[in-house]
Amino acid sequence: MTTTNYMEVSCRIEKLAMEMVFTQPGKDDGLLPINSLLSEIEDSFSTQPVPEPIAQAVGLARKWVDAALEEGFFSTDCLARLSTWNQWMQRALQTSAELPLPPFPPIFTVVASTQVPNPAPETLPSVEPLPVSLDLAENADLLREFIGEAREHLQEIEMGVLSLEDKPKDEHTLHSIFRGFHSLKGGSGFLNLGPMNRLAHELESLLELARQHKLDITSDHIDVILAGADALKKFMAAVERQVEGSEPPHPISMPIAALVARITDVVQGGSGEPDQESGSATSSSAQITPETNSELPSPEPHPEKRNDSAAEQEAPEQRSIRGSVKVDTGKLDSLIDLVGEMVVAQAQVLEDPALAKLESQQLARNLSHLRRISNDLQRISMSLRMVPIRSTFHKMTRLVRDLSAKAGKLVELRLSGEETELDRNIIEELSDPLVHMIRNSVDHGIEKPEVRVARGKPARGEIRLRARHEGGNVVIEITDDGAGINAERVLAKARERGIIEPNAELTEKEIFALLFAPGFSTAESITDISGRGVGMDVVKRNVDKLRGKIEIESVPQRGSTFTIYLPLTLAIIDGLLVSVGRERFILPTLSVRESFRPTADMISSVCGRGEMVTVRGQIRPLLRLHQYFNLQPDTTDPTQAIVIVVQSEGQDRCLLVDRLLAKQEVVIKGLGETFKNSRGLTGAAILGDGRVGLILDVNSLVALKDSASLQE
Amino acid sequence: MSTAIITPTESSTHPTAGKYLSFLLGNESYGIDVLKIREIIRMVDITSVPQMPAYIKGVINLRGKIIPVVDLRIRFGFPNCETTERTCIVVVQVRSPLNITIQMGLIVDAVEEVLNIVAGDLEETPDFGTQLDTEYLTGMAKVKGRVTSLLDIDRVIIS
Repeated sequence: MTTTNYMEVSCRIEKLAMEMVFTQPGKDDGLLPINSLLSEIEDSFSTQPVPEPIAQAVGLARKWVDAALEEGFFSTDCLARLSTWNQWMQRALQTSAELPLPPFPPIFTVVASTQVPNPAPETLPSVEPLPVSLDLAENADLLREFIGEAREHLQEIEMGVLSLEDKPKDEHTLHSIFRGFHSLKGGSGFLNLGPMNRLAHELESLLELARQHKLDITSDHIDVILAGADALKKFMAAVERQVEGSEPPHPISMPIAALVARITDVVQGGSGEPDQESGSATSSSAQITPETNSELPSPEPHPEKRNDSAAEQEAPEQRSIRGSVKVDTGKLDSLIDLVGEMVVAQAQVLEDPALAKLESQQLARNLSHLRRISNDLQRISMSLRMVPIRSTFHKMTRLVRDLSAKAGKLVELRLSGEETELDRNIIEELSDPLVHMIRNSVDHGIEKPEVRVARGKPARGEIRLRARHEGGNVVIEITDDGAGINAERVLAKARERGIIEPNAELTEKEIFALLFAPGFSTAESITDISGRGVGMDVVKRNVDKLRGKIEIESVPQRGSTFTIYLPLTLAIIDGLLVSVGRERFILPTLSVRESFRPTADMISSVCGRGEMVTVRGQIRPLLRLHQYFNLQPDTTDPTQAIVIVVQSEGQDRCLLVDRLLAKQEVVIKGLGETFKNSRGLTGAAILGDGRVGLILDVNSLVALKDSASLQE
Repeated sequence: MSTAIITPTESSTHPTAGKYLSFLLGNESYGIDVLKIREIIRMVDITSVPQMPAYIKGVINLRGKIIPVVDLRIRFGFPNCETTERTCIVVVQVRSPLNITIQMGLIVDAVEEVLNIVAGDLEETPDFGTQLDTEYLTGMAKVKGRVTSLLDIDRVIIS
């Protein structure tokens, strides 16, 4: 169809829709205009080739209108068909050339099949459903809620399915997966997410069979369920992007035909002998197919409904007994802000000199009571952000399963310490590095089964992912029993890539650290999984960003261990409070090596500008903070001030400040949009007196290269 | 001055008509749409942020939130920027081009009153030619014999 042609037709279809408004059953209102519009459509089609289904549909309409013309009025039936037809045509014309046309609604395929032989019903399952347009104005809140729910359900489904692999008959797991799909089906039906509803329904039916012991779950089924869950996840992600406004609203398409075919396939293949019941279940789903494509959510088949309500009754008992409340993270952050502020305000009251003059035991008791309460409150409010690392770990189970299958390796992932709690933000940021490292372990670490057997190891490799608390930190360990890191090969590669000098002598630790250098990869072949030379440097960067560190241990032929140390929370750092003039700054204690008041002979300069400090025989560049930040210092004489040696990524730099004030834990806050370009600062914190102190970004201060910029 | 929170009110038919908070910069009167204003606080200690333009005075702690503070007097080139008893910070809420809501404090010489500006009070911003840039103004209002310049605060802050 040409564009002009297309425009004409869709314009006429619209007019036809308007005429439909005037029609009434048993009367001929609108009959003649509709007839003439239809003729015009037929005329425009006669000159151009049109897609077969559209031509057929127009043919059908012609028959119905002719029949109405003969009778002299519209029958109820005929009007219903025409209005469905009209909607179908509008959608068919909106569907762009590349997309398959929407399937015929049942109302006229049923009629059509009696009048003209129409292959549509048989081809239905292979036809993709229409892309879904979201009604954001109407449903944004509902959709948002549903996105959250769907995410949880999908996660539960995925975890459940993976545990089914070991225990395919576990009733509890089957129920929980079934419930997951059932809720997804319900929600998507309610929100008019047709294809999602359809797919969830198919998967639910599959699990229903398993629940009734009519189907034994095999790895084929698990693959298909996982593929289905992935498709649903992808769809929900697209929905989320639109709801959150990061993408403009547009219809979301979801190709499910292949999946549905696969599901039907494994259900039939898996049940072995043609089972009476399973056959009827499949056919019942086939009946529903056309319904899901119409505007209405699909009605649920009756017998299932009974089962579901039973399933839902037992649900609350199986969920967490203590229960939980979902809270908007914005509110949570405000609460934490306010509690922090309250603690500051309390400190101001307690330290008020006027209060110290009062000698009342009652007052002192009450004040200490208040302090206890506010301390508890602060502790609990900080713990609100802490969530177990479990869900991130479970994602890795899935990853290992997929990766090992792809790489032709046998790998088992063992998890421990999933209960370990971490700040929610850290967990989110941790996911990517973990994925990279697990990939590396599967791809580079674990050998192929035959190699392993030849080396006297069990054919099945093992990766252990462990989390634990250790001295105010969270430690995450990834251990594999694979080939280990070949230090010589790493070294050779680093020389070849020019990452190190050809003659450099390195310790083992330094060699392993090369793995984190940008553009380094030791994989012999570049695989689909890893080895593109990105990965470990990204891991390092992410871990740095979380103010953590990462260590490698490795024994050739025995395996490697990657250990990540992370702070418990991103919200608090241990800081060193320093002053420059009347401004105060905070330095993260982790990056401070030492501080001292220099003597005159420690300071030297080059060309009268580049200043240096000699610390125990080593020369370090000196950065005067007051110069860099253009502040009025108390003194410009270094011997009257304090030098702080900071370290970042193995490099040292000396900072000159006026005074060391205190060491204290501070709650980090962002500086916001306005200051996003300011160099040398990472954030701010509210100090004990309620004023704001700025947190210095040691990384960027150390990275300042040319001394000219230092002296500005 | 005690903290005051101004409740939003409906604006009348003319797009720029409505309620405005009027304040002084030097001896000139300016107005900001009250719907943009979150609160008015007394002058507090401001932590300056290095390497910023002079009119960005720094950051303050607003009940646990850290918000930037702009000195409108420097922004508009007033020579005298002393802090007096009447100097205060007007906290406004604006949307950045990335559609993020930002709160920001504006230092003004004194806050006056809330003006109800009707269509009849309004006049187009006169053309000052090249000597004065009027892109931050949405119009001028004549109330009680005084001229108040109405500010497009989003523009002032984002540019």
